[in-house]
Amino acid sequence: MSKGTIAAVLAVSMALSACATKAPKQLPPDPGAATAADANNGAPIPGSQADFVAFTQGQDTVYFDTDRYNIDSEDAAALATQAQWLMRYPGKRATIEGHCDERGTREYNLALGERRANAAKTYLASLGVDATRLSTVSYGKERPAAMGSDEASWAKNRRAVSVTID
Amino acid sequence: MKMLLLSPLFAAFAALAAPLAAQPVPPPAASPPAEEGGLTGGSVSDENDWQDLGIAITDFATDADVATSTTAGSTAQLGRGLSRIVAGNLRNNGLFKPSGPDGLPQPLFSEVQAPSYGLWQGRSAEMLVQGSVRMVGDQIAVGCYLFDVALGQQLAGASWTVAPSDWRRAAHKCSDLVYSRLSGENPFFDSRIAYIAETGPKSRRIKRLAVMDSDGANHSFLTTGQAIALTPRYSPDYKSILYLSYLNGSPRIYTIDPVTRSQRLVVQSSNPIFAPRWSPDGKWVLYSMAQAGNTDIYRIPAGGGTPLRLTNTPGINIGGSFSPDGSKIVFESDRSGSQQIYVMNADGSNQRRVSFFGGRAATPEWSPRGDQIAFTHIAGNFRIAVMSPGGGELRYLTDSWQDEAPSWAPNGRLIQFFRTLQNSGKASLWQVDLTGRNQRQLPTPVDASDPAWGPIRP
Repeated sequence: MSKGTIAAVLAVSMALSACATKAPKQLPPDPGAATAADANNGAPIPGSQADFVAFTQGQDTVYFDTDRYNIDSEDAAALATQAQWLMRYPGKRATIEGHCDERGTREYNLALGERRANAAKTYLASLGVDATRLSTVSYGKERPAAMGSDEASWAKNRRAVSVTID
Repeated sequence: MKMLLLSPLFAAFAALAAPLAAQPVPPPAASPPAEEGGLTGGSVSDENDWQDLGIAITDFATDADVATSTTAGSTAQLGRGLSRIVAGNLRNNGLFKPSGPDGLPQPLFSEVQAPSYGLWQGRSAEMLVQGSVRMVGDQIAVGCYLFDVALGQQLAGASWTVAPSDWRRAAHKCSDLVYSRLSGENPFFDSRIAYIAETGPKSRRIKRLAVMDSDGANHSFLTTGQAIALTPRYSPDYKSILYLSYLNGSPRIYTIDPVTRSQRLVVQSSNPIFAPRWSPDGKWVLYSMAQAGNTDIYRIPAGGGTPLRLTNTPGINIGGSFSPDGSKIVFESDRSGSQQIYVMNADGSNQRRVSFFGGRAATPEWSPRGDQIAFTHIAGNFRIAVMSPGGGELRYLTDSWQDEAPSWAPNGRLIQFFRTLQNSGKASLWQVDLTGRNQRQLPTPVDASDPAWGPIRP
C-alpha cells in the first residue's frame, strides 16, 4: 500500500480519535454496557477493550458469506475503524477470533474460522497495523453468537471478532 | 496363550491383576453342519436371514456362590450380570433377538457344557449360550459356550480369567465369540469409545474428553472442561488418546494417558493445529496445521520428530484416515472450491479427488476392512454415507438434520457418529449398521459428540 494511503488513514484516524475523546455522541445509549467506565466519569478508559467496543460501535466484528472468507466493502469499513483505534494505541495487542455457523463439519470449521480470522488480520496489517500486535484464534462452530438454526442466526455466526487485550 | 493388557482405566490395579488369558476351548470334533442355514455368510444384505435367530442366554452358573470384589456382587450375581451383558450386547446391536436370562430355566454348574437339548428344542430356541463363573484365587474365571440346539452340538466355547475390576470384559469377549461364530464377522464388543461430553448452553458449551466401554459402561471423564476438548482418537494399543484442546488458549493437539491423565503437546508450533489421527500401527500421527489461512496435512512420528508435509495446495486440507495397510490416506480438501474427499499415498504423492456426488463430502474414515470409506455428505442436511475407496457405490446410512463424523467399529460392520438437533444444538452419539436399518442412540450421561471407536482391546 502506498504511503499516501497510510497518511490518509492516519488523518481519518486522528479526526475520529478527536471525536472519540469527546465521546458522548459515539457511546451506546446504555452507559452501563461499558465495563471499564466507572473511573472515567461514565466513559470507557481510553485504550481499554471497553473503549475499543465503544469506538467501533459494532464494527469490532466482520461477517462472512457461507464458506467464504473474503473481506467485502462492509468488512473493509469495519476493519478500517478497528485500525484507527489500533493505530491510536500502538501499545495495544488484539486477538481476532474466527467463527463459523453450525452448518459445517467441526474440523473444517476450525480451519475455516482460522482462515476468516487470518483474512481480517491480513487486512488490518495492510492498513498499517503491525501484524505482530495481532493474533488469531479459531473457535470453529463451538462459540455461536446467535443461537437459532436459521439463515439469520448463521449469518451472525460467520464472523471474525477483534478483541483487544487489556 | 495370548497375553492381554488390562483396561487402561483399571491399570492402577495392575498389581492385583493377573493377565487376562484367553483359553480357547475346542468345540467337539466334526461340526460341519453348523455351516448350514445361512448363518455364517456374513454379508450385509443377508442380515435379515439370521437376525431373528432365536438365541437363549441363561445365567452363567457358578460352582459356589461366594463374595467377589466386583461391582456385580457374589459369583451368582456376577453370573446373572454377565449373561445380561451378553444378551444386551446381542440385542442392542440389532443383529439378534436374544431371550433371557430372565424367564428362562437356569442350568446347574454341571450342565453348562452339557445342556439339555430337548428342553431347549421344546422352547423353540435355535441357539443357546451358557456360561460359568467361579473364583480362582482372587481372579474370576468365566466360561462361555454356544450350542446349536437343533443339531445338539457345541459351536464355540472359550474361557477367560480376569481381574475382578475387569469382569465386564469377559462378557464382551463372550458376546464377540457368539457374534463372530454366528455372523462370520470379526469381533467388536471388546472395545472402548472415546468421545466429547457436552454440557452447558449452546453459546458456551463445556466440552470434556470422556471414555467408555462399547456398551457405555465404565464411563469416565478425562478432562475437567476448563479447556474446550474436541476430536479424540484412541491409539491402537489404548495407552494414549490424541485429541484437540484449547488448553493454552488456542487449538493444539495433545496426547493424554487415560490412566494417569498426563498430557503432552504433540507438535511445538505457534500455529493452530487440528484433526489428530493415528496410523493403524500407532507409529505415526497425522495432523493439520493452519498457516496464513491455509491448512495442510502433516505426518510426524508418534514419539516426536520431523514433520513431513503431505499436502501443499491453496485452501483447507484437513483430517486424514489411513487405509488399514497404512499405504494410503483419505482426506478432505476444498481445493476444488468446496469440501470434497481425496485419496493420496501415505507419503503425500498421487493426490486425487474421489467424491463426485454433488454437495460437499467431509470427515472421511477408511473402514478397518479396507473396503469402504465412511463420510459426512452435506447436501442440505448432513448424512452419514459410505462409498468404495474409488468413490463409487454411494450409500446413505442415515437421514437426519445433522449427522456428522462417522467412526468405524473395529470390524468395519458398524458406524458411530453424532447427531445434532436443530436449534437446541444438543448432540448425541448414534450407531448404525451398514444396512442402515439398525440405528440406535448410545447411552451417555450427558450430551455427546465426536465418537472415536477404538480397536479390539489388546
